[in-house]
Amino acid sequence: MTGKLFRVLCTFIACLVAAPALALLPIQHWQTKSGARVYFVENRDLPMLDVSVDFPAGSAFDTREKSGLASLTLSLLKLGAGGLSEDEIARRMADVGAQLGGHLDNDRAGISLRTLTSADEMKQALDLFARILQRPEFSAAVLEREKTRVIGAIKEADTKPETILDRNFNALVYGNHPYGLRGSGEAATVASLTRDDLVGFYRSHYIAGQAVVAMIGNLDRGEAAALAEQLTADLPRANAPVTIPEVPDLARAETRVIAHPASQSHLLIGAPGIKRGDPDYFPLFVGNYILGGGGFVSRILDEVREKRGLAYSAYSYFVPLKERGPFVIGLQTRRDQAGEALAVVRATLKEFLAKGPTADELRKAKQNLVGSFPLRIDSNRKILEYLGVIGFYQLPLTYLDDFVPNVEKVKLADIRNAFARHVDPERMMTVIVATDEAALGAAGAQ
Amino acid sequence: MLFEFLGSVARGRLCALITALPLTVAVAAAQTHEHKLANGLRVIVKEDHRAPTVVSMVWYKAGSMDEVNGTTGVAHVLEHMMFKGTQTVPAGEFSKLVAAAGGRDNAFTARDATGYHEQLHKSQLPLAFRLEADRMANLALSKAEFAKEIKVVMEERRLRTDDRPQALVYEQLMATALDSHPYRTPTVGWMSDLESMRVEDARAWYKDWYAPNNATVVVVGDVDFKEVFALASKYFGKLKPRVLPERKPQDEPPQRGIRRVTVKAPAELPYLLMGYRAPVLRDVERDWEPYALEMLTGVLDGNDAARLTRSLVREEKIANAVGTDYESTQRGPGMFIVSGVPTTGRTAAELEQALRRELAKVVSDGVSEEELKRVKAQVVAAQVFQRDSMFFQAQQIGSLETAGYSYQAIDTIIRKLQQVTAAQVQEVAKKYLVDDSLTVAVLDPQPLDSRTPAVAPKGLRHDR
Repeated sequence: MTGKLFRVLCTFIACLVAAPALALLPIQHWQTKSGARVYFVENRDLPMLDVSVDFPAGSAFDTREKSGLASLTLSLLKLGAGGLSEDEIARRMADVGAQLGGHLDNDRAGISLRTLTSADEMKQALDLFARILQRPEFSAAVLEREKTRVIGAIKEADTKPETILDRNFNALVYGNHPYGLRGSGEAATVASLTRDDLVGFYRSHYIAGQAVVAMIGNLDRGEAAALAEQLTADLPRANAPVTIPEVPDLARAETRVIAHPASQSHLLIGAPGIKRGDPDYFPLFVGNYILGGGGFVSRILDEVREKRGLAYSAYSYFVPLKERGPFVIGLQTRRDQAGEALAVVRATLKEFLAKGPTADELRKAKQNLVGSFPLRIDSNRKILEYLGVIGFYQLPLTYLDDFVPNVEKVKLADIRNAFARHVDPERMMTVIVATDEAALGAAGAQ
Repeated sequence: MLFEFLGSVARGRLCALITALPLTVAVAAAQTHEHKLANGLRVIVKEDHRAPTVVSMVWYKAGSMDEVNGTTGVAHVLEHMMFKGTQTVPAGEFSKLVAAAGGRDNAFTARDATGYHEQLHKSQLPLAFRLEADRMANLALSKAEFAKEIKVVMEERRLRTDDRPQALVYEQLMATALDSHPYRTPTVGWMSDLESMRVEDARAWYKDWYAPNNATVVVVGDVDFKEVFALASKYFGKLKPRVLPERKPQDEPPQRGIRRVTVKAPAELPYLLMGYRAPVLRDVERDWEPYALEMLTGVLDGNDAARLTRSLVREEKIANAVGTDYESTQRGPGMFIVSGVPTTGRTAAELEQALRRELAKVVSDGVSEEELKRVKAQVVAAQVFQRDSMFFQAQQIGSLETAGYSYQAIDTIIRKLQQVTAAQVQEVAKKYLVDDSLTVAVLDPQPLDSRTPAVAPKGLRHDR
């Protein structure tokens, strides 16, 4: 493919919907000899390549006793591999101007590379990337140092209201489910991690048969295929790791108030939401744009900020994961206003659940989500992220082609029904960090 | 690199911009076109046909450095008010119209400038121009909307500064290091000034600075530059230019000795900022010191192999994190900042000594050709990588233009960076990394005492 990142036959966006036969983004997909799934978009516009490799090795694969293992394993990959020390890797990467990145969430651990595609630079960068992925050394000395750093950072984070908020919220919403574990781990659990733990986690989770290789850039199919082999042929072979358990429903609502000296209260309200691939994904996605996902266009920000000046930021979102990721509403407000803000948000949610959006709101939401679709895929970096998600969650290869029709299809009743199925205020957790008891009043006492 | 709170304050939660970009990630100025309307408005267009989208920005050369004491933060407050209605577009409608057209919009305020931006399908560029031209001249600035929005801005200050100990340390560094230049005040403004601000202050600011002859429109995307010039003329051409207020230089008197400041706030680890006064780029052809300082930041902190992380984090294990920050292209005085967080059990004083040792090594032994070459490799690669983002390209053009450089300077800058020698890097280190022009700001971590608020809440409301 040459020229544009993707083709658009008509300049007017609505035409996209009328021309479903043409793939917006030709994604090439195959498996390597070792069983890794590959997702590739050829793009010749810039002399560069972006590649990421993801594994089901996120923080949900930690245990409570060894929380932080997934994160530390990922961060040590580049700190010594294939006979090269961390300094040598860093120097050789920098010498060719290449950039390494890492990504960890509940489900996924991933590592990415951005490099020029001039021959010498690309060769050196990919050689390093292949070593990091397939021959990490997990030096004991490096591990000890990194543990000290991570523990310091955890203790620092634990003084901050937003961290205290997240920890308590996750504990209330997920209980003993591994989605309740935080990625960084806890000071005590990180302290207990050993080199054997890291090696074991790597061997059982960074396995070829579960790897997802996403690539976009200045390569042809043959070069991409050779590269995918180079990056995965020597990955560990093992059975797929134990799957993440289902997330149970909450049985009740609870409000937890935690003292902190901050000048603002930090609030979160939420519950388990949906899985990737849930048939209600698009009704919830479009509905949440109206509720609290659309920024200044959304009801929550309008009620909390625009009408009352209570907060700088107020929002809601779903995080669809392999199992049910959270549905979250959040804001920060001056500590004596927490009760008022909480009452406003709860009333806004209640009204939305009772009546759903208006026809006008739905029309405008669709206009935005359809019209802004080109902005979602207007750079290699954004496309790489989609390739990674499509590959990891095994979404249809036509996910991007179907995006606009799927948004267009959503009806008012779909949104009302989907929210009724997935969001129940009688079974939601509320956490408030840093407030004055008096300011909460009746709103906090649920 | 330093941390996110530097420099600018953004309006929305999704868009924490840093407007001043390190020169080492400059992108070449090819395919860029420039036009000036009769009313003084400048239009700069960079065609990028990779995707059918466009980013449109309006930059006003009016940032927090143009404020005076008593009304600090007014540039940023006005930025918020720009979404609160004009004579024909009601409050809040701006973002709704852009959203309904499939666009995204936001804004930011920095020390040197204030910017407004929309990202859209290319067919919607006229909408962005129509709305921006309208609020350039017809802002309503109602008292009722102001009363609500000033509260939002105070929440923003609480969120981003008052409750963030490291942000407080940066605020104190600048307030201590500088005497007269307004870079010493925070862009978001002092809380007292926000509390006493009136809609009249915002009106005065708008009247002073929001004029076509103080604005630059930057467009990057799948457009034809001639069509964009015609569109700009259609929407912005009718606006009347105004005489702008005189800009006083407010030059800094020389610093005559080291300065120290301590911030006590709830935290676990200390935090250290060392700011050395440094020159900035004024003549892109003749000056050489700012380029050498840029390369010095690269050698110290420009990549994973750079000196500070290698020696202080990985080898000595005295720091949890280290960084440098230096912005060579800006309107006000320059500062070369070195920062760090000590590891558990080590003090800020120990880390300061370690950082000083590293800086002293550059002064006494210089840097190697290999290190310099490595930093230059980053400059070359960044030129390619950054072309992946239209937004970045527009931001770079706008920030250079409003800081007083031409976008065309980018090519010169890239060339000059490549020409910096190891001897020049050593020379600027020797000249500028000296105690007499140093300010050290330290966070002294305090235990979380949950009984007392960090800032006493004013106007407590017990109305429920």
